[in-house]
Amino acid sequence: MSVDRNTVARIARLARIEVPEGELEHIAGELNGILAWIEQLQAVDTTGVEPMTSAVASSLPLRADLVSDGGILDNLMANAPDPHDGFFTVPKVVE
Amino acid sequence: MSALTDLSLADALTGLAAKDFSARELATAHVEAVAAASTLNAFVVETPERALADAEASDARRARGEALPLDGIPLAIKDLFCTKGIRTTAASRILGDFTPTYESTVTSQLWRDGAVMLGKLNLDEFAMGSSNETSAFGPVKNPWRRTGDTAVLVPGGSSGGSAAAVAARLCLGATGTDTGGSIRQPAAFTGIVGIKPTYGRCSRWGIVAFASSLDQAGPMTRTVTDAALMLRSMAGHDPKDSTSANRAVPDYTKALTGDVRGLKIGIPKEYRIEGVPAEIGRLWEQGIEWLKAAGAEIREISLPHTSQSLPTYYIVAPAEASSNLARYDGVRFGARQPGRTLPEMYEKTRGAGFGREVRRRILIGTYVLSAGYYDAYYLKAQKVRSLIARDFTEAYKEVDAILAPATPSAAFAAGEKSADPLAMYLNDVFTVTANLAGLPALAVPAGLNSQGLPLGLQVIGRAFDEETVLRIGHVIEKAAAFTARPDNWWRV
Amino acid sequence: MARESAAATVIEGATGPWEMVIGLEVHAQVVSVSKLFSGAPTVFGAEPNTQVSLIDAGFPGMLPVINEVCIAQAVRTGLGLQAQINLHSVFDRKNYFYADLPQGYQISQYLQPIVGMGSMIIDLADGTSRTVGITRLHLEQDAGKSLHDQHPSLSYIDLNRAGIALMEIVSEPDMRSAEEAGAYVKKLRTILRYLGTCDGNMEEGSMRADVNVSVRRPGEPYGTRCEIKNVNSVRYVMQAIEVEARRQIDILEAGGKIAQETRLFDPGRGETRSMRSKEEAHDYRYFPDPDLLPLILDPAFVEALKADLPELPDAKKARFVADYGLSPYDAGVLVADRASADFYEAVAKGRDARLAANWVTGDFFASLNSQGWTIETSPITADHLRELIDLITDGTLSGRLAKEVFEVMVETHQAPGQIVEERGLRQVTDTGAIEAAITAVMGANADKVAQYRSGKDKLFGFFVGQVMKQTEGKANPAAVNELLLTMLKG
Repeated sequence: MSVDRNTVARIARLARIEVPEGELEHIAGELNGILAWIEQLQAVDTTGVEPMTSAVASSLPLRADLVSDGGILDNLMANAPDPHDGFFTVPKVVE
Repeated sequence: MSALTDLSLADALTGLAAKDFSARELATAHVEAVAAASTLNAFVVETPERALADAEASDARRARGEALPLDGIPLAIKDLFCTKGIRTTAASRILGDFTPTYESTVTSQLWRDGAVMLGKLNLDEFAMGSSNETSAFGPVKNPWRRTGDTAVLVPGGSSGGSAAAVAARLCLGATGTDTGGSIRQPAAFTGIVGIKPTYGRCSRWGIVAFASSLDQAGPMTRTVTDAALMLRSMAGHDPKDSTSANRAVPDYTKALTGDVRGLKIGIPKEYRIEGVPAEIGRLWEQGIEWLKAAGAEIREISLPHTSQSLPTYYIVAPAEASSNLARYDGVRFGARQPGRTLPEMYEKTRGAGFGREVRRRILIGTYVLSAGYYDAYYLKAQKVRSLIARDFTEAYKEVDAILAPATPSAAFAAGEKSADPLAMYLNDVFTVTANLAGLPALAVPAGLNSQGLPLGLQVIGRAFDEETVLRIGHVIEKAAAFTARPDNWWRV
Repeated sequence: MARESAAATVIEGATGPWEMVIGLEVHAQVVSVSKLFSGAPTVFGAEPNTQVSLIDAGFPGMLPVINEVCIAQAVRTGLGLQAQINLHSVFDRKNYFYADLPQGYQISQYLQPIVGMGSMIIDLADGTSRTVGITRLHLEQDAGKSLHDQHPSLSYIDLNRAGIALMEIVSEPDMRSAEEAGAYVKKLRTILRYLGTCDGNMEEGSMRADVNVSVRRPGEPYGTRCEIKNVNSVRYVMQAIEVEARRQIDILEAGGKIAQETRLFDPGRGETRSMRSKEEAHDYRYFPDPDLLPLILDPAFVEALKADLPELPDAKKARFVADYGLSPYDAGVLVADRASADFYEAVAKGRDARLAANWVTGDFFASLNSQGWTIETSPITADHLRELIDLITDGTLSGRLAKEVFEVMVETHQAPGQIVEERGLRQVTDTGAIEAAITAVMGANADKVAQYRSGKDKLFGFFVGQVMKQTEGKANPAAVNELLLTMLKG
């Protein structure tokens, strides 16, 4: 599995990170190096092995259905780059 | 220079209790040391006023006879912990001037127990790195230098600011976080103690997430006793973190009995890795001898999937990171770059906001999770992770703890590995296994190499058995009698 | 899955018959006080961004903790849909960027949902029923809302909805007409309301449907489908299906191909159109959320919820037919919502059940419509209707008088007994009074009496009418008939 500059451009787009044209080739090279290295996992026999998603053995803890939050508009907006009238804003989305 | 900064955390508590000095005096000495050490670049934000205010409040409590467990102890906080009213950066441009309106659970417990806040410590951007060279605020310098050489060395990473600050006597202890070795590797590079507790021991609430299934906070201090004291305040169940363990927190200092007789210590044969300098092997042998002499039983064990740990880690961690870092989009907080459309705003904000290493890991993580590759990479890695954890389960049927080197080398020079991501990733070779398996692991300074740089040993324990880990670390600490310290070349 | 062959709904195209294949994904907002993973409230209509926690807004270091009531509601719904409850389920992250998705991912359930295969019976207008398969039900977070009309160059983001629990209920592609799809949504809404797990208010967005439509020649494999997103009323679901199927048939008959895509229904123009902007490069990179652990349900927990389920519409309908002797149609109307069914049972208790059904589904429901009342707000209570039925049964009121009394009830909100007393609307059963009226009518219409007696039977109705007029409608019609027959014979 080898990554080319088009693949880098595609995953960069998926990750919403602007990557300058001129860096695509270099990044592809780096990613290929890393991917070739992690490729060695394919040699491990994992037949019948369950994937481990957490180091915690127990079940999901549950919370009571109570209102304990909200009503913190000032906190919410304190760090907002461009708040208007109690809203966060983004460049206009045309649908 | 004031001797107050040379005290251990435990001795400082004794001195405060005996009224040998006040918390204000202790804080002032540390505030001055911080101010004089800007060359090291260990701090991102200094909070001297807060430190003095905290110290005065501490003195008042002590005068009322209401002293708390860490009352008056000056600490510094890795800038990955959200601190209310104090800028929190994760050493990334993307967070801009983000100032949380909330306090992480771990730090709030330190303040609850009377600790004094000195400031926020530099780190690798989003804790991704092993040399503290990926910080948006510039690299941290290791207080240690090779004998007769003024070349700047890295302090390790990602908790490089924490390690440097503790080693340089700028604070009595610091918080760190460890996702693949980010507490233990810098602790080893700077001759201090660092423990990554069992996954779930310390709440992750309010800590900027890197890889959620691996991240764990822990203390970095100059002695094992200090680590035990600090961990007790940091640990504990938090209902706000679904992965937090609902278990009582013991008084870890009680575990430091000095007695390891009859304990079975495993020596994993797979940790003898080709290409690792002989001095590392010699240090390991020395550690084995110390524990044997103290009455422990040494057994060779096998952790067959050790060599798969790093590749597994470098799939799991970037995958989780690629998702965890999606929230940095310039909409609700952080530095936004203008864009005509929403996707353009996102791409410019994230393109400009993330550094190269973070970008590299997000891209890798995005790729391994993407359609068509998930099974081959992510799912495969999760299965191998099961095998790695199973190796430890098997080993712990025979032994009580495992002794290993902390790092494959001593601190290296700034710039030496930053151009080669793979060479940098190999730094974590001895540490990632404990993260993948969720186990507690401690780095303790054990000696100097031929160039006068500190080296550390690592003790890995059973889940939630930090006590045995600390007990063994304490015995190594005594046997090693590690008293070396960096000279104060950085002081202005 | 049982799939009774429905009366094949065939669309005649220019080149021959076509059949629609329809599957629905319904997003139903879970009834809970707080959100799925945070303690922020869920009440509709609050000021923007005032029902938001730092968790909902995806601030650094914030972590989700799941709401136990949302889990119970999903299990209850699964049980109500006769579905498999999965004791082990997993929450995954669905990764994509959008302005109203603060974390950059939605916490959802992908490979291991909390509820598996189930089924639901839908009732059609022709009186037949069909079973529609339920593929799965899973829990997920709602997104926030973008407002595009507040500012010339900016979209505004309100996160009040962000993080509210949704159940996504996915059907099998078992429906073959817009009517079936409409019946499916209505029935699902009824069940959710019975269970109290979703309020079903489509106007407030508590229930939205994504409609998958394809067409094929009868008997052939499935065609390429299009997904019409976020349709928010039963009527629009049905309209969207009709126009989308027509569009696809037109393309296919012109020799074209259907592109699998997401579309939007525009009710104003009565057409669906492509949402190409949202279409590009969807790669959600699902993986188990490492901030959460697998959800393990105790079988006893599921059993307790099962034991506590209310009687659901199908069971209730069957019981109404069996115990009350109602027609399946009337029973279906009454069980369509729980309040109607409960109201009916209150009225019918110890009374003529069919008479009660006629009154509830007839005049009473008509009054709700005309007055804008609901069962909860109606001033006409079950007790009033019981009293009215008693007055009919004991002969105090004729059917016609009862309707008159009911009209007064609608106007004055009075009890029927009181109205009868005050207005003297009591039916006349006194034979003497009726005989007197008949005598008077016969006297005034001697010519017609003669005609009747010479064989013009049809005039009987005329005499009934005149007698009723004479008694101001209060005469007992049966008594009038009987006495008239005798007296006209002479």
